[in-house]
Amino acid sequence: MSSATKNHDYHLVEPSPWPAVGSLAAFVMALGAIMWMRDVTPWLFFIGFAGVLYTMYGWWADVVHEANSGDHTEVVQLHHRYGMILFIASEVMFFVAWFWAYFDGFFRIDDVEQFTRVAVSGGVWPPKGVELFNPWHLPLFNTLVLLASGTTVTWAHHALLEGDRKGLKWGLALTIALGVLFTTVQLIEYGQAGFSFSGNIYGATFFMATGFHGFHVFVGTIFLIVCLVRALKGDFTPKQHLGFEFAAWYWHFVDVVWLFLFASIYVWGSSFGALAH
Amino acid sequence: MADANSKHVDAHGHPTGWRRYVYSTNHKDIGTMYLFFAIFAGVIGGVLSGFMRWELAEPGIQIFKGLAAMVYGLEGDAALDGGKQMFNVFTTAHGLIMVFFMVMPALIGGFGNWFVPIMIGAPDMAFPRMNNISFWLLPAAFTLLLMSLFFEGPPGLYGAGVGWTVYAPLSTTANPGPAVDFAILSLHLAGASSILGAINFITTIFNMRAPGMTMHKLPLFVWSILVTVFLLLLSLPVLAGAITMLLTDRNFGTTFFSPEGGGDPVLYQHLFWFFGHPEVYVLILPAFGIVSHIVSTFSKKPIFGYLGMVYAMVAIGFVGFIVWAHHMYTTGLSLNVQRYFVAATMVIAVPTGVKIFSWLATMWGGSITFRAPMMWALGFIFLFTIGGVTGVVLANAGADRVLHDTYYVVAHFHYTMSMGATFGVFAGWYYWYPKIFGIMYNEALAKLHFWTMFIGANVIFFPQHFLGLAGMPRRYVDYPDAYALWNMVSSVGYLITLLSMFIFLWCVIEAFMKKRVAGDNPWGEGATTLEWTLSSPPPFHQFETLPRIK
Repeated sequence: MSSATKNHDYHLVEPSPWPAVGSLAAFVMALGAIMWMRDVTPWLFFIGFAGVLYTMYGWWADVVHEANSGDHTEVVQLHHRYGMILFIASEVMFFVAWFWAYFDGFFRIDDVEQFTRVAVSGGVWPPKGVELFNPWHLPLFNTLVLLASGTTVTWAHHALLEGDRKGLKWGLALTIALGVLFTTVQLIEYGQAGFSFSGNIYGATFFMATGFHGFHVFVGTIFLIVCLVRALKGDFTPKQHLGFEFAAWYWHFVDVVWLFLFASIYVWGSSFGALAH
Repeated sequence: MADANSKHVDAHGHPTGWRRYVYSTNHKDIGTMYLFFAIFAGVIGGVLSGFMRWELAEPGIQIFKGLAAMVYGLEGDAALDGGKQMFNVFTTAHGLIMVFFMVMPALIGGFGNWFVPIMIGAPDMAFPRMNNISFWLLPAAFTLLLMSLFFEGPPGLYGAGVGWTVYAPLSTTANPGPAVDFAILSLHLAGASSILGAINFITTIFNMRAPGMTMHKLPLFVWSILVTVFLLLLSLPVLAGAITMLLTDRNFGTTFFSPEGGGDPVLYQHLFWFFGHPEVYVLILPAFGIVSHIVSTFSKKPIFGYLGMVYAMVAIGFVGFIVWAHHMYTTGLSLNVQRYFVAATMVIAVPTGVKIFSWLATMWGGSITFRAPMMWALGFIFLFTIGGVTGVVLANAGADRVLHDTYYVVAHFHYTMSMGATFGVFAGWYYWYPKIFGIMYNEALAKLHFWTMFIGANVIFFPQHFLGLAGMPRRYVDYPDAYALWNMVSSVGYLITLLSMFIFLWCVIEAFMKKRVAGDNPWGEGATTLEWTLSSPPPFHQFETLPRIK
């Protein structure tokens, strides 16, 4: 600390290379993404991506270290809660864009002013030629998997609060397993899709909405794995376990997004399953 | 590396040299970096518009053909086509740079970082390290945008000449080259920077207010930043989604915006303007906050109707989210939808009027001193009102049918942005210059800067109302002879503004050479917010003991 006279509970963080390193890595990753999309080389993207991952690891390792050395006073913990809630709020708005794209097709596919669109799609949703999933098959199973994972993560939380370390570890492990199961089933479902990602609006909205959700499940699973590793190492106390709580919040957020996807795309989008074969 | 490095620094106090800034976790140092970045980007954005005004001074294509030949090595007809494209590229880059790399970094990143923590009595931002990545993502994003100028856009031509709105299908099928990808990813990075900044500001303002600093005692600049960053937090992710759809339409064959695949080009416009309209309030709200402080300080009176001012900003922020389709009256919206958006848009004039009249009422009966910051604030109130009034004109779907995409719109938004937001930037610059740098600017130079800019900007943009009413479309490199007179006048206005920018830069340099010590509070009893209780510049960490607000 630059001053010995600090007389408040805020955490004045030490200077850190991570923001600048992370920005450079993000720049390289963006440049690499363009080179990859333009079939030049995929390597620059992976170099940038590795830099981003390295930054994340180093940065959050610093945060954990600071938490363990007592920098996270009560007010600082409150900061982190605000920060996480606001981050999730921004994520919600990100999904608004994908739902908007989906419902623009859903509700406005027969807009007569857009005659090319009407001609291509037949003016119906789902567009003609698109074979839907039966919502009561794999999608329903996956819904139950995610709902179950919501209960196991809550189990882990309550175990942690009551000092039951074994319950914490088992709850986390089960949640992770359910998350992996969800992703696996989702990939199996993608393999059976009766429409493709490119060339048609249904595939575009379906795969981007569920795909970004799937990506968030993947990230959430990694978040939970980090928590499990930390739990095994003895991190988290019944009083202070923000990392765990944020993983749980994030997991619930991903869960809720799925419920909206399931309800609007799989169920409503197939006229409540009536169109499904 | 990090652990070793940062802990090493820890043991030796705050770092010096380049590490002080590159590794910074100090809101004032980061704010200063933002301010100088904004000046740098603003100069580039201003030079781009200079070439546009030079080209448009007379009918015909004079400048850009030669420019395209020089920059891209094109010849003959290719140079002519390249020149036309280059004009569009300059228009695009000018808009994106001024919005994302000049006004936002100056008002939110610069002044917001510097004065939000101080005004609420906090020692720093809530997330000092994240604060720094918000800054450092901007040079990365800016570099990507500048790189886009040198890559292929349309076949055989260079740069992203798609407008700052990046509408499909112009940005998809018409521009298959990588230039637009560069622009899109630049926006992704700039957006990430702003979202992280928004999270930081909201947390800081809600959680780090000094004892006694209740929400209803919060200085108006802090309120303005709070509303602004909420708009950013909730609107930018939608833009991120929209431009991600562009990216996949361009590179992976999705058909979000192409009717041949059942997509909808108007969808892009909805998504863009759901972000774009709140974004224009993002640019102006912090200026509202700054002007409130300056008017109060130099009238030696507390602001008139404080709570009205606060909730006017909240109302503008809220209504700003539900008026987006007034940018889209010509896209075939149903009449009922148009009626709604006309009515909702006009409603915004009410809280905006509350602000204008409250500024006037603050001055009424005050003991006014016309120092440079006050001049800029008065210029802001006058000129922003003109921009606001033409906004009410454009809010009418019927009138907009005629004026859409004409210079009337260009004149309107430059009165709100280049004379609203930018006058707000300069007002804040002169108001806080002595506090930030501890030295006093030269009052005569600052006033000369104001008057040349005031005259120059008006000479540029007032005639553009006439051009627009006469039907001159925007974003074209050439025009019929009938528009020659006012275009020439407008270009002469640019020269005056250019002179003004040299005076500004000289004013900065002169102050650093003369080093006139400013004192803690050069503005006297009218300046009542917490920054004036500190030294100039303030200590590296202020408020080691939190102040108590009575």
